[in-house]
Amino acid sequence: MLSYIVISLYIFSVLFAAATGQGTAAGAAVMTGAEEAVQLTLRLTGAVCLWSAVMEVLERCGGAALLSRALAPLLGRLFPRAAVDEETMAALSENVSANLLGLGNAATPAGIRAAKGLRRLNDGDGLGLLVVLNTASIQLLPTMAASLRAAYGAAAPFDITPAVWISSVCSVAAGLVAAALLRRVWR
Amino acid sequence: MSMLGQLAAPLLIAAICLAALPRGTDVYDAMLAGAKKGLRTMADILPALLVLLPAIALFRASGLPTLLGRLLDPLLQRLGIPGETALLLLLRPLSGSAALSEVSALMAAYGADSLVGRTAAVMLGASETTFYVVAVYFSAAGVERSRWAVPAALCADLACFVSAAWVSRWLWG
Repeated sequence: MLSYIVISLYIFSVLFAAATGQGTAAGAAVMTGAEEAVQLTLRLTGAVCLWSAVMEVLERCGGAALLSRALAPLLGRLFPRAAVDEETMAALSENVSANLLGLGNAATPAGIRAAKGLRRLNDGDGLGLLVVLNTASIQLLPTMAASLRAAYGAAAPFDITPAVWISSVCSVAAGLVAAALLRRVWR
Repeated sequence: MSMLGQLAAPLLIAAICLAALPRGTDVYDAMLAGAKKGLRTMADILPALLVLLPAIALFRASGLPTLLGRLLDPLLQRLGIPGETALLLLLRPLSGSAALSEVSALMAAYGADSLVGRTAAVMLGASETTFYVVAVYFSAAGVERSRWAVPAALCADLACFVSAAWVSRWLWG
């Protein structure tokens, strides 16, 4: 999949640059792009590591577990068929709370356990819902986006946070509504 | 109030450390482990950025974004999305690193505090790599037909992009 993206970016860009006489700029861009990749990684590393360190403290002192317990009743209502299975529900709330805290390293394994549990329960609709919840990605602190803003000299990197919340909530709501409508017609 | 906003990040860190204190968590040890995980993440991202950023830089320099923006503009304008983010909309569901590269290119071109830069940051922060998530969870569960999951997830993405553009214009436009 990604190979096709890279290949089409190169082919279309080279053809278009040649056709419009932008050869010099395009030729230089490839080299500076590689240099930018290293610089960008270096500039992002500090902030990403700092937030990763803070979130690790939150996880170890039981913050993630607390959030996960608080989410359990809500998730029970979203996944009625899985609610009987304690193990699957625990994995589900662990996945959602890790996503909220931006703990990508913890969210995926929990989500995979939840997916396997839903499969065992033969809950196809639940599996679809799990995917929709994970693609809509509600995050309490948009650390990666803020780190990127800090790297490019934003005055207050985290001031986008309320906008990210609103946008995430719209996204989850649209995903849930679409899932509720589509599961009725899609058999 | 603005003082509180400026100090939000250090305040939050202080509050989390304070909350960890009575629970006997070794804060320093946890932070070291977390920082190591962060390094690991960045080490994983770098090769992808090294492959994708030159391709995106070339794409930007070729003048194609203007054409792409013009092609998609009638649709994007109706949705209220800035035409500059056209490529980001296409890349976001497919690859996290490609989206990161594109947002950084947008910030370099327009500035982190510009409306385009902010809109792109909100879009990046509020969405996920949809096709990757679908692939990981369905293959983990051993289910081959994802049925309505992809269209529903793409509806969520579309709502995310549209609302990100609207909220950003409302707050900073």
